[in-house]
Amino acid sequence: MREISVLVGGAAGEGIRQAGNAIARLFNRLGYNVFVYEDYQSLIRGGHNFSLVRASEAQILAHRDEVDVLIALNQETVGRHSWRVSRDGIIIYDSDRVTSDGLGIDMSKIVRNLGLPSIVRNSVALGALAGVLGIDFRIVEDVIRSTIQKLVEANLAAAREGFRRASNSTAKLKLSPLPAEPKPLLTGNEAIALGLVRAGMKLYVAYPMTPASNILHYLAANADKLGIIVVQPENEIAVIGFAEGAAYAGVRAAVGTSGGGFALMVEHLSLAGQAELPIVIVLCSRPAPATGVPTYTEQGDLFFAMFAGHGDFPRLVLAPGDADEAFLLAGEAMNLAWEFQVPVILLADKHLSESTFSTGFDGNSVTPRKPRLWEGDPKEYRRYKLTEDGISPLAFPGSGCIVKANSYEHDEYGITVEDAEKVRLGYEKRLRKFRTLERFVNSTSWVKVYGNEDSEVALITWGSTKGAVKEVGERLGLRVVQPLCLLPFPREEMLRCLKGVEQVICVEVNLRGQLASWLGYNGISVDERILKYDGRPFTVDELEKLVKGAIKL
Amino acid sequence: MRLEDLNTYAEVTWCPGCSNFLIDRAIKEALIELSEEQKIDLNKVVVLSGIGCHAKISDYINLCSFYSLHGRVPSVASGIKLANPELVVIGFAGDGDAYAEGLDHLIFAAKRNSDITMIIHNNRVFALTTGQFTPTSPVGFRGRSTPMGAPEEPFNPILLMLASGATFVARCFAGNLGHMKEVFKRALLHRGFAFIDVLQPCLSFYDLFDFYREHVYELESVDHDPSDFSRAIEVAREWNYEGEDDARIAIGIFYETRKPTYEELVLKGRKIEGGVPPIEELLEEKK
Repeated sequence: MREISVLVGGAAGEGIRQAGNAIARLFNRLGYNVFVYEDYQSLIRGGHNFSLVRASEAQILAHRDEVDVLIALNQETVGRHSWRVSRDGIIIYDSDRVTSDGLGIDMSKIVRNLGLPSIVRNSVALGALAGVLGIDFRIVEDVIRSTIQKLVEANLAAAREGFRRASNSTAKLKLSPLPAEPKPLLTGNEAIALGLVRAGMKLYVAYPMTPASNILHYLAANADKLGIIVVQPENEIAVIGFAEGAAYAGVRAAVGTSGGGFALMVEHLSLAGQAELPIVIVLCSRPAPATGVPTYTEQGDLFFAMFAGHGDFPRLVLAPGDADEAFLLAGEAMNLAWEFQVPVILLADKHLSESTFSTGFDGNSVTPRKPRLWEGDPKEYRRYKLTEDGISPLAFPGSGCIVKANSYEHDEYGITVEDAEKVRLGYEKRLRKFRTLERFVNSTSWVKVYGNEDSEVALITWGSTKGAVKEVGERLGLRVVQPLCLLPFPREEMLRCLKGVEQVICVEVNLRGQLASWLGYNGISVDERILKYDGRPFTVDELEKLVKGAIKL
Repeated sequence: MRLEDLNTYAEVTWCPGCSNFLIDRAIKEALIELSEEQKIDLNKVVVLSGIGCHAKISDYINLCSFYSLHGRVPSVASGIKLANPELVVIGFAGDGDAYAEGLDHLIFAAKRNSDITMIIHNNRVFALTTGQFTPTSPVGFRGRSTPMGAPEEPFNPILLMLASGATFVARCFAGNLGHMKEVFKRALLHRGFAFIDVLQPCLSFYDLFDFYREHVYELESVDHDPSDFSRAIEVAREWNYEGEDDARIAIGIFYETRKPTYEELVLKGRKIEGGVPPIEELLEEKK
C-alpha cells in the first residue's frame, strides 16, 4: 500500500492532537508525505475532537473522506466516523469504553494496570496501529522518545502492549517503508513563524486568538534560541501599536491575529499607511461574523484584508496555500514591508494555520533584504522625502537624524499640513507608491499553475483550498491556477496563465466567492463558483464530485 | 543651546495665551538643562503625542517624534522603548486621549512599568473638537454634548495611576512653570513608568486658571515623603477633580519608587540585534 488515512478521535483533553502528531511522525519516518487535518471544538474538556492523518507516496496537501484505520477512544468517534472506514479498513477501539466491530483492545485496563493516566491510551493506540500495519516497533519507540517528555518508559510499555495485541490482526493493511528521508512536519503557523524569523523579524507581538495563537506559542517557546522577543500586550490595539513603535525605531516586527483582533487593529493599519510604517500582519481567518465558529475555517476575510482601513493607502495582501508557501511568503511579506514601507497582510485561515504538512523548503532560502536607508548628512534628513517611486529613505531615532513620523497628512519633514497644495503632495506620494507596488507585482511572478496546463477548464483557487483543488485538478486533468498575491492583483500574469481557457471555475471556502468577485473586477470572468461555508475545508472526495458536476466542456 | 533651537518651522496654532505654550516651554527647558548636565542625549530623545490640542507639540519640537493616534501613545511608546532601550521616550497625551480613548494603554503601561514618561495635558475638556466633557470634567459640566450637564463623576487620575502600579506619579499646574520644569526633569531621570497629570487650563472652553492658582500647593513645601505609598493615596484623595471652594490641590511628586522596568525584564540585558538565526535545529525537531 502506498497511501493510508487514519482518524483518531475522542474527547477534548484526551490528547487527540498529540496522538495525530505521533501517527504523522510514524508515517514520516517510513518515508511518506503527510497531511494532518485537526478538527476540534471551542472547549477544553469533553466534546468531540479528531485528527485525520493522511500519508502518501505522492505529495498531498489535503485529506480525504475515507479512512483505512479509525482509532476510537470513545463511543462517539465510532458513531460519527464509522461511515468513513474503507472496505479493507479497520476500527481500533478501546474495548473498555467502546462497543464496535474491529479490533478491540482493553486500552483503559492496560494503562490502569501500569498505573498510568488515561491519556497514555494514545500510546497503546499508536502501538496497536503499528501492529496492524506491520510497522517495526523500533520506529514506534523512536517516535515516542522524540515526542514525549514525561513517563517515556511507561509510554513505551503501554505502546508495546498495544503492539502485541494487534500483531495477530488479520487486517489486510500493511504499510511498507519508502526509500524517502523523513521531512520536517510543520503546521502552517509554524512555517509562518520561521519565515518571519528568517526575514529578520526580531519582535513578535500578539494577543491570544485562535487560530493565530500557535504562532505566538511556537515563537515564545523558541524565542531565546531564535534571538527574538515575543510579547503579549493588553489587546490587539496595543499589539499593533507596539509593532509600529518598534518599526519606527528600526526593528522588524510582526503581529498575528484573527478577524476580530484584526478589526481592532484597523485604525493602526491606516496609521501604517499614512506614516509609512513597515509591519507584517498575519491574519488567520476563522468562519462567520463576530465570534463566529472560532476553531473552524473559512476564507471569508479576503475583502476585509484588502479594504480594511480608512483612507486610501498602498498595501500588499499575500496568501500562501501550504506550509512551504507559508514559509516563503512570510519571509517575503517582511522583506516587502521594509522595501516598500507599507503594511503587508499575510492572509491564512485555520485550515492552513493548524494543519500539518510535510515540508521541503530550504531554511536558507529566506534572508533579510536591505531596505532603502538614508546614507546622507543627518542634518539633511527628511523622513518623507519626495521621490519618483514614492519610497523615502529610512533612518531611525538615535542615529542623529531627526525622524518625524506623523499620522496627519504631512510634508517631507513630517510636519502636519492642511493647505491644499501640500495635502495634494501627500496624496500623490501615496499614488506613486501604489503604482510602484503594482509595477513590482506585475514584473515578478505571483501565480502558480498545476495540473494539465493545456486544459481548457481552469480551477482557480487561493490559500488553504489549494491542497484539495490541486489534487482534484491533477486527478481530472484540469488546469489549476493559484494567485499568491491578491493585492495588488497580478492581473497580467493571471491572464497569461489562463490563456486558452474556455471555462473558469473558482473554488473557495466562503459564502459568496470573494476571489471570484475580485477576478471579475480585474476582467477575468468566472463561469462557476464552487463554495463551501460550514466551517470545514473541502476534502478531495467532495470537491471532486462538485468539480465533475460543474465541468461543462 | 537656546530654547529656539528646539523649535521647528511649523506655524504654532495654539490659541494665543494657551497654557500648552507653558508645557512646551517647560519640556524644552528641562531637556536643554538635562542635556547640558550630560544626563540626556537629545539625539536619543523621541517625543510622541496623541491627537488633540496637546498633540501639536510633536510638530513644534525639533526632535524625533511620532505623532500617533488618539489614545494610542503609551503602546506605541512602549514598542519604541522595547525596540531601542537607549532612547528616552516621552509621551504627551490629552485627558481625552489618555483617560478615555486609550485608558487601557495608560493603565497597562503603568502596570508593566515601561520606562517611558507620560505627560498628560489635562484641560478637562475636549478642546480641539470644540468643547465636550472628558473623563476629568466635573459632574454637571455643561459642554456641547451635555448642555444639561455631564451625568458622570470624574476620574481621579492620580489614584488610578497609583492603583495601576506607576512608579512615578506627579501632578503639575501649567501656571507654575518653574515647578513644572523641575518635575519634568525628575520624571525624565526616573527609571520606569513616570506619569504626570498637568492641570492645563483651556482659555477657550474651560478656563480654570484662577481656580487652580488659588487652590494649588506644592508638595515640596509640606515635607511630603514620595516613598510613602499610603500617604500618596491620602494626598491624592484630597481633591477629586471637582470644583469645591475649599479644594486643596497638591502639585509635585506624589509617589516614586524603583522596580525593574518592563524592558529590563523582557530584554534581560540583551539588545535586539541584526543577524538571522539558523533554523535547521528547529526543523530537525519536527521530523
